[in-house]
Amino acid sequence: MTFDWNIVTDLREMWQWEFMRNAFEAGTIIAILAGIMGYIVVLRRGSFATHALGHVGFSGAAAAVLFGVNPVYGLLLFTMGGGTGMALLGRRASTRDIEVGTVLAFMLGLGLIFLSLYRGFATAAYSILFGEILGVSNAGVLLTAEAAAVVLAALAILYRPLLFSSLDEDVAEAKGLPMLSLNLAFMLLLAVAISFAVQVVGILLIFALIVTPAATAVRLTTRPLYAAGASVAVALFAIWLGLFISWYENYPPSFFIVTTAFVIYVALRGGQALFARFARSPAPSRSAPSEVPVSLGQPEAGPVHSSR
Amino acid sequence: MELGIAPSVGDGIAIRAERLDVGFRRRMVWQDATFEVERGEFVAVIGPNGSGKTTLFRLLLGLQRPAGGTLRVFGEAPRRGNGRIGYVPQRHTIDNDTHVAAEALVRLGVSGSTWGPGLHPVAEREAARKALAMVGATELGPKPLSAMSGGELQRVFLAEAMVGNPEMLLLDEPLSNLDLRRSRELVEVVHGLVRSQRVTTLLVAHDINPLIECLDKVVYIANGRVATGPPEAVLTSRSLSELYGVPVEVLHDSRGNIVIVGGENPHEEAPA
Repeated sequence: MTFDWNIVTDLREMWQWEFMRNAFEAGTIIAILAGIMGYIVVLRRGSFATHALGHVGFSGAAAAVLFGVNPVYGLLLFTMGGGTGMALLGRRASTRDIEVGTVLAFMLGLGLIFLSLYRGFATAAYSILFGEILGVSNAGVLLTAEAAAVVLAALAILYRPLLFSSLDEDVAEAKGLPMLSLNLAFMLLLAVAISFAVQVVGILLIFALIVTPAATAVRLTTRPLYAAGASVAVALFAIWLGLFISWYENYPPSFFIVTTAFVIYVALRGGQALFARFARSPAPSRSAPSEVPVSLGQPEAGPVHSSR
Repeated sequence: MELGIAPSVGDGIAIRAERLDVGFRRRMVWQDATFEVERGEFVAVIGPNGSGKTTLFRLLLGLQRPAGGTLRVFGEAPRRGNGRIGYVPQRHTIDNDTHVAAEALVRLGVSGSTWGPGLHPVAEREAARKALAMVGATELGPKPLSAMSGGELQRVFLAEAMVGNPEMLLLDEPLSNLDLRRSRELVEVVHGLVRSQRVTTLLVAHDINPLIECLDKVVYIANGRVATGPPEAVLTSRSLSELYGVPVEVLHDSRGNIVIVGGENPHEEAPA
């Protein structure tokens, strides 16, 4: 396999192989799913919950492997269970790092014991922890597409209330939106997105696929629909480029995918910091010195709070 | 700006509270409050921390039920999702990580409770721009919330509350993070809305002074009780001493500012 600057012939060559076709198909669907869900995660400050749900899913996947079931069912069961638990404890619970972290570590340990009971320990653990995008079957692609269709249909209905409750919780509550149900719906949709995204990058790298593209996107545009689109674009680019490179370089695609997302994010942050510096330095600041910096509510309270 | 009740005000009652008790089982926040707010009035809700000012808003919004007595908003029992009320809470989930344009937030004030795809994106945008213009914040529309000062954010929140053309505004501590000059600017914007849109407005504040020239009424909550009336009647040594149950003195400086001494530690009263 030699790299050619004609990308189309390169891709055509890769796509002669079923496993590569499946990888690109599943990767594309998951990029759309992860990109959109990631945007809401970033707005809701749910990145730690995302990370935690991945770890909860690990024990589910491990249990499924032990009992000879498709790991994705174990993932779905456990992440949805964990998501429901977090939603019922209130939105504040999902941002509490100590409690969530304690459960997260326990679930990871639980997964370890399940896997050690299973004979193919190393391979199974590796693919759950770091993803196995090149191992997705035809049936796997179909299942991913079905799950994505359900999540996207739900998002089409819930989009505005979800956005509203993420941005301005107290006002949304006063407007009569069902906050608990919305949070539950969000957690369940996130659980599904995570369960399938695990195929691509594994539970340890899930952050890079769900949070990093969205964190990049919010710095590119301030309009919600554009930002969700940009988030999908970054996730898609990372997955495609990662798969592309892994075809020529015999290392795990997860590495290239995560690295691409990381490089885009760092380049953007660095670029923006430089730009801000150059834009600011020539002219002396003329802003009123009396202006109070952005800070709302009580200083000791975090940005996210529950209603009394 | 006129003192007292403007002549155009007074057709109908916006809020009527009769013998209202508020609290949870054994711990009452305040009791036996009877007062009225007329349509189009600008009312300050003041009192020390923890006296139950926000609780009054939660009652009006239907988020909490009174423990006793009756409360009517435009003649109806309070209910959640009342489109006649615009609300600006004290705390927001917005901070300098919220890279979202102000206009998007204001639009959610119209469409945020709509399930499914948006109906009229153009009409929505127009409504948002109109609301931003109403609070003198047209230029803030495309600006991200993450880059805004406290005063700018409060204007955007005000636009978000006004976008549905409410008949009543509930503003919880909008001045708490603003310096005196910006407090007065925001009060002027709110006062303009009260007069031009005839929107009945209740504003929770720690400090009465930035408001005093525009107010029609004061609801003073302290010591588990509520005193209501025009500012010149409520903010007197006699009425506040009665409310607190201890001697309180109301002092005036040469520019009409008020200092309340004795009811509580004045440092606790200072804006946070």
